[in-house]
Amino acid sequence: MGAVRPIRPTAEPIGLHDQAMDNLRFIRHTMENAGSFTAVPGVGGIVVGATAFFAAFAAHLSAGPRHWLFVWIGEAFLALAIGLGFSARKARRAGNSLLSRPFRRFVFAMAPPIVAGALLTVMLNNAGLVRCLPAVWLLLYGAGVACGGAFSVRIVPVMGLSFLVLGAVAVLAPAVWSDALLAFGFGGLHLFFGWIIARHYGG
Amino acid sequence: MAARSSAAGKHGAGPRVVAQNETAAAAVGAGAASLDRIIHERLRLAIVSALSVNPILTFAELKKLLSTTDGNLSVHSRKLEDAGYIAVEKKFEGRMPRTEYRLTVSGRSALERYLTHMEALIRATRSA
Repeated sequence: MGAVRPIRPTAEPIGLHDQAMDNLRFIRHTMENAGSFTAVPGVGGIVVGATAFFAAFAAHLSAGPRHWLFVWIGEAFLALAIGLGFSARKARRAGNSLLSRPFRRFVFAMAPPIVAGALLTVMLNNAGLVRCLPAVWLLLYGAGVACGGAFSVRIVPVMGLSFLVLGAVAVLAPAVWSDALLAFGFGGLHLFFGWIIARHYGG
Repeated sequence: MAARSSAAGKHGAGPRVVAQNETAAAAVGAGAASLDRIIHERLRLAIVSALSVNPILTFAELKKLLSTTDGNLSVHSRKLEDAGYIAVEKKFEGRMPRTEYRLTVSGRSALERYLTHMEALIRATRSA
C-alpha cells in the first residue's frame, strides 16, 4: 500500500510563539496608530518656563541687540534639551519609546515652523530687524505647537493657539514690550500649560 | 512531546529537564485553551486596543483608524458590547447621528488578561 500524500502541499503551521509575538506586535501597532502622543512633558514645560523668565530678565539687562539675541538663542537650546530630556523621562516611565510613531508624527508636524523660525532669525538679524524677532518666534513656535498638537493631547494645540494670539499681540505692540511678551509667552504660557499637563496627563 | 523528551534524553539532559519541558508544554496548551475568544479575533482586538488609548472614539474614527467597513465594524463592536467589553452611546449632533464607543472596566481587564496570556505563551514556548 502506497503512502498517502496530501493533494496540495501545506505550509508549515505557525508556532504558538510566533502567533503570540505577532498578536503583541499588532496590539502595539494599533495602540500607536490610535494614540496621541502624551509624552509632552508637563514638568519639563514648567522648568522651561522658569528658565525663560531668567532669560527674559537677562535679555532685558543686555548691552545690545547682539547680546540680547545670544541670550534668547541660548535659552532656545536649553529649552530644547530640557524638553527632550523630560519627554524621554516621561515616555520611559510610561513604558513607551520616545521614538514611537506618535512622537515622530508630533516632531515632523512641529519641525517645519521651527526650522522656518530659525532661518528667519538669521535673515532678520542680518537685515538689522532684531525688533521683529519676538513676534516671529511667538508666531512660529505657536504654529509648530499647534501643528504638533494635532497628534497629541487636546491641551497642546490650545497652548499653540495661545502662543499664536500672543504673537499677534507682539506684531502690534511697541518694541519695548518685547521682553515682557517673550517672558509672558515662553515663561508664563509654558508654566501654565506645563502645570495643566503635569496635573492631568501624567507628569 | 515524546520526540522532544527523547531528544532531551539523547543530549544527556536527564529527567529533570524532561519534566520542565513537559510543564512548559502543558502551560502552552493551557494558555492557548483559555484564550479569550471574544477579543482574540483581529478586528475586535484592534477595537479594544484603540479604545485602550483613547477615552472615546466615534464610529467614523474607528472605521478610518482600522480601515474597515461599516458592516464589519458594526458586527464586531456589537459582539464586544454584548460581552460588556465596550460601552456604546448613540447621540445626535444636530441632525447627524453619532455613535461613541468607550472601553469598559471589564474590557480593559480583558485586554490586560489577553496581554498576560500572550506574554505567558511566549515565556512558556521559550522555556520549552
